[in-house]
Amino acid sequence: MADVTTDYIKSIVFQLNDEEYAMPVDLVGSIERMMHITRIPGAPSFVKGVLNLRGVVTPILDLRERFGFDEQEETDSTRTIIIHHNNMDVGLIVDAAYDVIDIPKEKIEPAPEVVGSVQIEYIDGVAKLDDRLLILLNIDKILANESITNLSEAKG
Amino acid sequence: MEMNEYLDVFIEESKEHIQSLNDQILELEKDPTNIDIVNEIFRSAHTLKGMSATMGFQDLADLTHKLENVLDGVRNDKLTLNTEIIDVIFNAVDDLEAMVLDIIEGGEGKKDVSKLVNQLQAIENGDFKNDSSIEGQKTEQPEQKVTQATKSETQLDQFELTVLEQSKESGFNNYEITVELQESTLLKAARVYMVFEILEQVGEVIKSTPTVTELEDENFDYEFTVILVSKEDNDAIQQKIMKVSEIEKVTVLDFAIENQQTETSQETKKSSEEAAEQSSTAPAEKSNSDQNKESSKGQMASKTIRVNIDRLDALMNLFEELVIDRGRLEQISSSLRNNELQETVEHMTRISGDLQNIILNMRMVPIDQVFNRFPRMVRQLAKDLNKKIDLQVYGAETELDRTVIDEIGDPLVHLIRNALDHGIEMPEERVKKGKPEEGVLKLNAYHSGNHVFIEISDNGAGIDRDKVIEKAIKNNVITREQAASYSDQQVYQLIMESGFSTADQISDISGRGVGLDVVKNTIESLGGNITIQSTLNEGSMFSIQLPLTLSIISVMLTEVENEKYAIPLSSIIETAIVHKKDIMRAHNKQVIDFRGKVVPLVSLKNVFSVPGDREEDDYYSVVIIRQGDKMAGLIVDTFIGQQEVVLKSLGNYLSDIFAISGATILGDGQVALIVDTNALIK
Repeated sequence: MADVTTDYIKSIVFQLNDEEYAMPVDLVGSIERMMHITRIPGAPSFVKGVLNLRGVVTPILDLRERFGFDEQEETDSTRTIIIHHNNMDVGLIVDAAYDVIDIPKEKIEPAPEVVGSVQIEYIDGVAKLDDRLLILLNIDKILANESITNLSEAKG
Repeated sequence: MEMNEYLDVFIEESKEHIQSLNDQILELEKDPTNIDIVNEIFRSAHTLKGMSATMGFQDLADLTHKLENVLDGVRNDKLTLNTEIIDVIFNAVDDLEAMVLDIIEGGEGKKDVSKLVNQLQAIENGDFKNDSSIEGQKTEQPEQKVTQATKSETQLDQFELTVLEQSKESGFNNYEITVELQESTLLKAARVYMVFEILEQVGEVIKSTPTVTELEDENFDYEFTVILVSKEDNDAIQQKIMKVSEIEKVTVLDFAIENQQTETSQETKKSSEEAAEQSSTAPAEKSNSDQNKESSKGQMASKTIRVNIDRLDALMNLFEELVIDRGRLEQISSSLRNNELQETVEHMTRISGDLQNIILNMRMVPIDQVFNRFPRMVRQLAKDLNKKIDLQVYGAETELDRTVIDEIGDPLVHLIRNALDHGIEMPEERVKKGKPEEGVLKLNAYHSGNHVFIEISDNGAGIDRDKVIEKAIKNNVITREQAASYSDQQVYQLIMESGFSTADQISDISGRGVGLDVVKNTIESLGGNITIQSTLNEGSMFSIQLPLTLSIISVMLTEVENEKYAIPLSSIIETAIVHKKDIMRAHNKQVIDFRGKVVPLVSLKNVFSVPGDREEDDYYSVVIIRQGDKMAGLIVDTFIGQQEVVLKSLGNYLSDIFAISGATILGDGQVALIVDTNALIK
């Protein structure tokens, strides 16, 4: 997942439910303000719908919903992070996205049993930088087959 | 590296020439005496030869060269065409194609063509028997004895004689030159090559003894004889040849033709030159007159440039974005009410409308691109099956979007194989039934509205309803009870269900387990549909309906609560406003009586669980859709209107959403979903 050749992982930091998360910057295509999202009937609840990203119809996932957090109204700081992964363009809705930092590899620890409120399977590890605790997300798991399987089931 | 640039051009043009060879040879088979067709074939073969030699594909060049020789023989009445010869020619063209394919895949276009070359050589020599074991016969069979003025070893065939006569008439001298090499010569072939170089400069070599191949293989002693057509005189030629080292002796004698032939060929000059090429290794330089002839032919073709399809796709994508922005601009200008802005936007709208037409048209290609390989295929299949087939193609100029063209080939091949194998009967059987021995397979393509129709019809056995039902029951596709209520049309549709094959015997041609269901699926995935009409013992017709283009479709935009859904116009019969009291219930489902038919109603709001609680009024807006002979009415809240939209996929992540076939971007930048009506009817 992470870039192995350097000692740092350049990551985008974003906020979700008052916790800070990080994901490698090379996955990220762009960060967008909220736009009109068209609901997709029959898709799982965490798939908010699709939006028109400069002519490309892009599916949007709500990470809050995915992680089982409470719903929250959109704010001025709500952003969609567009990631490109496994030939798929997918947008993730987060509460805010504001920082790009280098996370030294040695600072990354495996996820403890209880970390924040996110189910452990979506987490690659945690990094403690000064007084910040960053949760590294496993994009594969978030987008994983399970979600697509859910989709196929939902279509029935 | 520079070669790479030309390689693409070479491949494209080679493909075209091979296709043209195929087409013309088929024509020729029907009309073997038509010299125009032979000329046409000759021209293609000749160009192909030149191109491949330039590109360094020697095997390709060799084979075309031999092919050309045979054609030349035909052209000059030396050879009479028969099926065997045409078969060999076809084989040769197949090999050429295989080599070109190899080149496309990065190979060197190498292939063992010696057997074919030998066969062609044998044909050229006029003693071809349809015997694949013919080994290269190097010795030429004389058709006409010639009395030579000097030596009598050299024997010329009629064609070569004609050439000699004609060159004599046009003021050339014919020489018989005997060259003797020194016995110490090490590289005999090299010396021979140098001699030939000189001879090519002063004139044209008509014939050599031993043959050029033997000379190249050093398969001779120290002496060889050539017949040369030249304007230079005796001594000059002799001196020039003597400049090559290790030459012992050169004798140049006038060559007289006693046996005057009366045959004439139309193109004196040209044939003498090409005859020269026959026996010389290096392709002789073309004279200006010849080149003019060829280039004037080329100019008659329309002016085109080749553009990579990717670039057209990129253009299309950019244009699609422009269309979306145009929609936005229209909205802005209408809300701002600024005159100048409105005028400009209107103008832009018109221009981009024209632009859209042009871009769409650029992607259109005639269906001939798919059809053109069928004559060959049908001929081969007919031979394999021992059936007699007359293939008739209509509407090959009908244009279709490139993407559709790419996809439609395989299904059509399947249908044609099916028609030949299962449809058209064996000749004896046809005679018994009182039909002409030769079965007719008709391919017809035409435009109608926003669709292209392709029909494949045969006058064969037709579909046996009972047989189909039996089979379907046996294969558990339907039950016996169901079968009784099926209409003929429904029964015919059964043969396109998966796990169905009506052939009693599984043959090589079709019915290898993958049935017509694959065809049906492919066509439906292209947004088209296929219907079958059939009369027992009179024939069947498979009719395919396809959208003109896959990327831009006409839709009816509808609104359900706050969501917009686009329904493809192609599946809509009409829209209707239905009063609540007209809705009936049958089997616990809502149905309406629509022009005497009972049509079930489907509420889009329910299917797509659209949130919202708009109050129901007494009238329903219903879109009547059709799939095959089934209909359904979709209840929506409001009709917005008809619109041309750009079809977009939902992406890999959302690949399988029920009843949604894709999405489109509306003028305001929002995404609207396109309803897959087929899924709603089933």
